[in-house]
Amino acid sequence: MGHDGEESLATSEGEEELANDRRTSPPRDRDDESTIRGVKEEGAGASPKEESSTISQARSNSPETEQEYRPPLPPRPSNFGLLREGSYSPGSSLQRSKNTSRPHLQSTATTALSRTDIHTQSYQDGSRETFAASAQTTPPSKAIAAFGSIKRIKGFSGSEGGDSGSVRSYAPTLETGGDVESLLGEVLGASQESPAWRLHSTQNEAPDPFDSITYEDDETTVDFYREFDEISAVAADGENEEQLLNQWKSKRKHFLILSSAGKPIYNRHGDDNLISGYIGIIQTIISFYEGAHNQLKGFTAAGARFVVMSQGPLYLVAISKLGENDPQLRVQLEALYMQILSTLTLPNLTHMFSNRPSTDLRRPLQGTEPLLSALADTFTRGSPPTLLSALECLTIRKSHRQVINDTLLQTRCETLLYGLIVASGRLVSVVRPRKHSLHPSDLQLIFNMLFEARGVKAGGGENWIPLCLPGFNKNGYLYMYVSFISAYESIGEEEHERVNESGKPDDIAILLISANKESFYDLRKMRDALVDELEANGSMAIVRSAVRRGRPTATDIVPGTVLRHFLYKSRANVQFTMPSYEPSFTTLLARRRLLSLYHALHASVHAKNAHLKVHHCISRESISLAWVTPLFELYCVAGPQASRNALAQSANKVIQWVRKEEERVFIIGGAVSLNSLDRCTIYKKLTPPAARYSEQI
Amino acid sequence: MADSAAAPPKPSSSVKLVLLGEAAVGKSSLVLRFVNNDFQENKEPTIGAAFLTQKSHLPHRTIKFEIWDTAGQERFASLAPMYYRNAQSALVVYDLTKPTSLVKAKHWVAELQRQANPGIVIALVGNKLDLTDENAAASGGASTSEGSDAEGAETPETSGDARKISTKEGRAYAEEEGLLFFETSAKTGVNVQEVFTAIANAIPETQMKGAKGPGAAGAGAGQTALGSERVNLNQRAEGAKEGCAC
Repeated sequence: MGHDGEESLATSEGEEELANDRRTSPPRDRDDESTIRGVKEEGAGASPKEESSTISQARSNSPETEQEYRPPLPPRPSNFGLLREGSYSPGSSLQRSKNTSRPHLQSTATTALSRTDIHTQSYQDGSRETFAASAQTTPPSKAIAAFGSIKRIKGFSGSEGGDSGSVRSYAPTLETGGDVESLLGEVLGASQESPAWRLHSTQNEAPDPFDSITYEDDETTVDFYREFDEISAVAADGENEEQLLNQWKSKRKHFLILSSAGKPIYNRHGDDNLISGYIGIIQTIISFYEGAHNQLKGFTAAGARFVVMSQGPLYLVAISKLGENDPQLRVQLEALYMQILSTLTLPNLTHMFSNRPSTDLRRPLQGTEPLLSALADTFTRGSPPTLLSALECLTIRKSHRQVINDTLLQTRCETLLYGLIVASGRLVSVVRPRKHSLHPSDLQLIFNMLFEARGVKAGGGENWIPLCLPGFNKNGYLYMYVSFISAYESIGEEEHERVNESGKPDDIAILLISANKESFYDLRKMRDALVDELEANGSMAIVRSAVRRGRPTATDIVPGTVLRHFLYKSRANVQFTMPSYEPSFTTLLARRRLLSLYHALHASVHAKNAHLKVHHCISRESISLAWVTPLFELYCVAGPQASRNALAQSANKVIQWVRKEEERVFIIGGAVSLNSLDRCTIYKKLTPPAARYSEQI
Repeated sequence: MADSAAAPPKPSSSVKLVLLGEAAVGKSSLVLRFVNNDFQENKEPTIGAAFLTQKSHLPHRTIKFEIWDTAGQERFASLAPMYYRNAQSALVVYDLTKPTSLVKAKHWVAELQRQANPGIVIALVGNKLDLTDENAAASGGASTSEGSDAEGAETPETSGDARKISTKEGRAYAEEEGLLFFETSAKTGVNVQEVFTAIANAIPETQMKGAKGPGAAGAGAGQTALGSERVNLNQRAEGAKEGCAC
């Protein structure tokens, strides 16, 4: 969680490894930071170039001359030498860039982008050649590991420093040695290889392909919209089975969960009877490898990537034709597993299966399917928070947030563990015990439950929900009080709202989490006091208007920019910000296309052996840039006609904007309750892992 | 309100009510119909429990229901005591088209009789009347006290009728255990208001929590306050009072 980002980062070993991996030292980070801040004070004019210099390759001999001279695009086919040089020497070039990062030595954005031309070229000219080049420099197995979005794995595995995961802890377990080509095909040559990309590229002759209109009448568009259609049940005589199976196969993404004994637990599309044959096959394949003590991680068949994760007694399988890579799919499976833990807790789960390995988990999980499906659909649509393992906050002034934090603290009742105010899926404020942060994956589960699945909101009223937050403690339940407040109704109709509001996506939710299952009325009283106070001091109106305003568009943030969209992740805060999807990405398909692009960018810059700091890629649909430093990750996308320079300048403007607005777009610190419960009390108060199912099973 | 003679505001009191029953019998839908006069197809399952309030206007008093709509899934069963502990009334719901749901309902009734407040008013409700053939016919509203209901007693096994539990069977069990009994449809709204009105009428006034300022309700459980005005507890609410969705 962002508000705890700094302390958790500072203590986690991930930090070190991350730094090592980037061959930079922590002091340099500080240096970097201070330089940027210094420049910011000096004046906006100098800073974009300055900042880009800190990441530039500094290969050019004379930055000063290049400053005025914009070099033409290098001739495409002759650049492999550069690529090799680029992947050999990021460390040293960074060192050099550090030396040159003085305000007066301005290297232009062009310099920063020079090496990325190669990637441009690799996109344009075919991935195989490019891959061949990089394979010469690294052993194949490393090359695969390289394409993992490594940090996210750790992010979900219980460490507090969500995004500072260790690369090494993960890499050796990757055993997909045979799949070099397909893996890279997905990442590098997406435009040529992946069916998903083909789907998304059907209009690539159009001048402005991201525009929604372009796709409206497209056949494949219709197809993607059908992705979320329900498959009806098999008729009693099995007559429609064939047709349903075809329907099932046409889905671009599947999630299957089964027990290691082969019992189906969950699948996203169609009923269990329909695909029982497939469940049997996948179980056979997995257990065959398991039997040989050679765990199956994934394989590719018929244009679909299969990723297998085995978690205790469960097998989770993701099948994707959308061009995501293994680590990205693995993160999604991890989230589904966390949802199961959130329903059952780990001791319950293991207890059931150790008593009876053939347990049918569907019954204890009854009612969880909508949550799993909501998660799965979020992943299929594409989800920036999941991709980045970060959280989005509602942008409000720092002083306003401070008032809300203070109000939360003042009204805080004894039994409160965490208190959160969330508006349309974005965090507004949080109060937490001193020693505890909220794990992003836990928040993802909560947000999914409240804002994606309709169950809680549709009921109206207030809710009292027992749930396990696996990132916090996977052994017991916490209890969450939830109350929604409409962003659109005026003050004073509170009673009315409580009853009549049946859930618009823009609602404001008050979440109060306690370890005491009897504390509903306490928390309810606190909620009433909190809302009264927030209404009285005007904070509620501020939040309401911020919600109504929505996200600013990219052009609001950087006037006249070529950028269509960007994602900015602050690594220290484990939070991200992005502009509105409007006006360019209004349709489901356009958004999925955008997210696929982000996935590809993310995969390339997190490739372990690539040591990329900047990744620039040009396709027929867009030009895009990924820029990673120890402080932030920036991914931005512009239309195909935009120039590299314009893109780079816009990227710098975005960085400036975030620096300026940092305390508005991110929650830094959050409210820490003074008399925090210490860990012991919390654990004592947690419901013991009840042997609830023992009598039934 | 109907009794225009009563110039001072009617005494109001709050009643804690808990809904119990197997998953997917329509507990939340009943509440949604009662509170918002609304219905949602394919409603997602409740997670944990939802707390709602709704006022019900009787001739001589106003009752504020504090409703605990619990999730029917097995794994939430261990939390149920917390919800029915201080409840003055309970709605045990089953699905007319699903025999196992009546079995589960009987378990709940037994648990309530064993562990809940001794004076708790329990209503047995068979929901999804719209899926049966006589959904229009049985709209008369029936409590245990009124016996004659000819057309509901026999279950016509015609095509399209999904009914699996006859009115007779439900009523017989309700009479045996001394429960209020209704067959309802949350989808069409048949009998939904009647259930809550009947519960309001069946609760002795001495058991009600005193009238308090809004917002403070629910804070002091077990506190009793006698209404200033005597009302006939057995008076049946007439149709005119119902359907006010304030």
